[in-house]
Amino acid sequence: MTQDTSIRRHTISVLVDNEPGVLARVIGLFSGRGYNIESLTVAEIDAGDSLSRITVVTSGTPMIIEQIKVQLDRLVPVHKVKDLTLEGPFIEREMALVKVVANGEKRVESLRIGDVFKARVVDATINSFVFEITGTAEDLNRFIDLMQQLGEVDISRTGAAALSRGTSTL
Amino acid sequence: MSSGTILSGAEIVIKALRDQGVDTIFGYPGGAVLPIYDALFKQNQIKHILVRHEQAAVHAAEGYARSSGKVGVVLVTSGPGATNAVTGLVDALMDSIPIVCLTGQVPTHLIGNDAFQECDTTGITRPATKHNYLVKDVNNLARTLHEAFYVAKNGRPGPVVIDIPKDVQFADGVYRTPGESQPKSYRPQVKPDLNKVEEAVEMLANAKRPIFYVGGGVINAGPVASQLLTQLVRMTGYPCTTTLMGLGAYPAHDQQWLGMLGMHGTYEANLAMHGCDLMVCVGARFDDRVTGKVSEFSPNSKKIHIDIDPSNINKNVRVDLPIVGDAAYVLEDMIRIWKARNKRADQAALKSWWDQIAVWRSKDCLKYEKTDKVIKPQYALERLRAAIQGRDDVFISTEVGQHQMWAAQFLPFNKPNRWLTSGGLGTMGYGLPAAIGAQIANPGALCIDVAGEASIQMNIQEMSTALQYRLPVKVFILNNQWMGMVRQWQELLHGSRYSESYSEALPDFVKLADAFGGVGLRATKVSEVDDVIAEMIATPRAVIVDMCVDQKENCFPMIPGGKAHNEMLLGPADKVSEATPEEGMVLV
Repeated sequence: MTQDTSIRRHTISVLVDNEPGVLARVIGLFSGRGYNIESLTVAEIDAGDSLSRITVVTSGTPMIIEQIKVQLDRLVPVHKVKDLTLEGPFIEREMALVKVVANGEKRVESLRIGDVFKARVVDATINSFVFEITGTAEDLNRFIDLMQQLGEVDISRTGAAALSRGTSTL
Repeated sequence: MSSGTILSGAEIVIKALRDQGVDTIFGYPGGAVLPIYDALFKQNQIKHILVRHEQAAVHAAEGYARSSGKVGVVLVTSGPGATNAVTGLVDALMDSIPIVCLTGQVPTHLIGNDAFQECDTTGITRPATKHNYLVKDVNNLARTLHEAFYVAKNGRPGPVVIDIPKDVQFADGVYRTPGESQPKSYRPQVKPDLNKVEEAVEMLANAKRPIFYVGGGVINAGPVASQLLTQLVRMTGYPCTTTLMGLGAYPAHDQQWLGMLGMHGTYEANLAMHGCDLMVCVGARFDDRVTGKVSEFSPNSKKIHIDIDPSNINKNVRVDLPIVGDAAYVLEDMIRIWKARNKRADQAALKSWWDQIAVWRSKDCLKYEKTDKVIKPQYALERLRAAIQGRDDVFISTEVGQHQMWAAQFLPFNKPNRWLTSGGLGTMGYGLPAAIGAQIANPGALCIDVAGEASIQMNIQEMSTALQYRLPVKVFILNNQWMGMVRQWQELLHGSRYSESYSEALPDFVKLADAFGGVGLRATKVSEVDDVIAEMIATPRAVIVDMCVDQKENCFPMIPGGKAHNEMLLGPADKVSEATPEEGMVLV
């Protein structure tokens, strides 16, 4: 039987009980079994039922991705696991704060590029800006690439948050 | 005492255990569990077995659980009590044994302060358990305890740790009965998708060279699953092989059983797996000890995989038809549909398949050199087999190594729950405490730990436990003065450079048994074997048998690491067909 060994990026959404140690369980699963984490975000989404959503961006062969999902699903505090990449269209957004230290024409150019990318200036000094930008991971990568050519850069990224399109809910 | 009663945390622990039907716990006291031990002292419904090392507490609870079908319960203190228990917990995790382990913890206000006998128990045991809890509020204690039992025994069973700080044990809180709480999220699927079962029955009926490949999941699904499996195998007339963990799921005396498969499995089982056109895997997980070289594993077969744990499916080997569910439910549905559709195996194809198997069987792969000069380990086990033949109340545990594989090959397991061995983790020191646990669950039964002289020393202190509770467990040491399996691999892969594998400075096991207050017996000649076995069985006390066996014997058949099922070595004369490739060398 031939096996698909191509490595693909998947965005996986996991609904969990918001209890101590749940993030350690998920991260421990990835490190213990040698899976890859490209980004991971977690926050409480329902205070009443004490639920959190973890969004993991990972990559692997179809067999590995399948294992990641079933392994996540058998953790006791995990309610639902959804492979957004596999289950139809979805929206993925990431936010970054990007500080650019530059002078003169380069400083002005950073402002122009920020404008093109619809980034907001959230801090400014004579020699620097801090931009807030939201978009897909690729948008952010391109923006950061350009900024790095203009000056010294400092970056903080949130990792991806994602939801399926349409009426279906987790 | 009803729900809503106010009790201390320690009393809640005892009450919850009672309400879960617990009659025995295995443990060792210490500072952080004194309130629970005090509550134990004030009651007489739960019996506490005092072990001599916390690792043995968990193994004893495993032996108790596996031989009784109940959840095994462990109570240990914080810090070293918890860390000593970790090996047992991982052992239970790998072999899917239901265990609830209560650990004491320093009081909540000291957690994180590096207090005396503090360790991060939930952190350390997170990958060592199916699930774990730290209870910081006494009002959550009862619910957590009941949930722990639910998690331990439902779905694929496993160990659960509950870490209880000492102040929570003293504090007063509300007791809740088991019925009042169930975990919100853990709902394993036990009933199969019927469409898939129907498809499986069609595949089964159309097979020309089928085989059932059966694992410990059938034993975990309860004795009824073994009965259903036996019924299905007999209805179809197909051959059946079991894994190390599955021994006893199908009666060993039956003609349709091909023996154990895998690294030290039989020639006929492994070649039938290699040559089959349909493999029905029931409650097994395509472990590396079973598959050999994965890329050449059963290359021409369709595979059906029945498992309660979806993560076992397509983990190591791609299967054609996965069925998630409890083995008993799935087998019941398969039998019902097979009957309803009047299915019948292709008799001509089946006959030629059995003819082929008969050729493989005629190799007599477990044969060994018969001699009266030295006790062959296989001979000692054959004589033990003869002595216990026909008895229904024999429980065999093992340590880990050559003796374990010989016990699996030579002893008869006709019913489930009679074979207690550390399969997944391969824990030396498992057998004696496991035999103690089995003996407590089955008073009056014959509980024998088949051991090696190296393994037995890893938990030999439990002889003291056996004597304290007057448990007539038998330790049957196949003493070859070597860590035999290590030596065998050194011969095979490391040019016979026997690095540290000789058992130097061995104790005199007969005197050792005597020192513990038990009975020591020794056989050094073939003529003494039967008498020693008879005396061991007749002695109503703990016995250590020092069976001085051939020092050079190795365990065959064997699939060397990185080789396929059809590349077995049948005996010392067989050489590995080519130098073991590096990918095989690195396998353990």
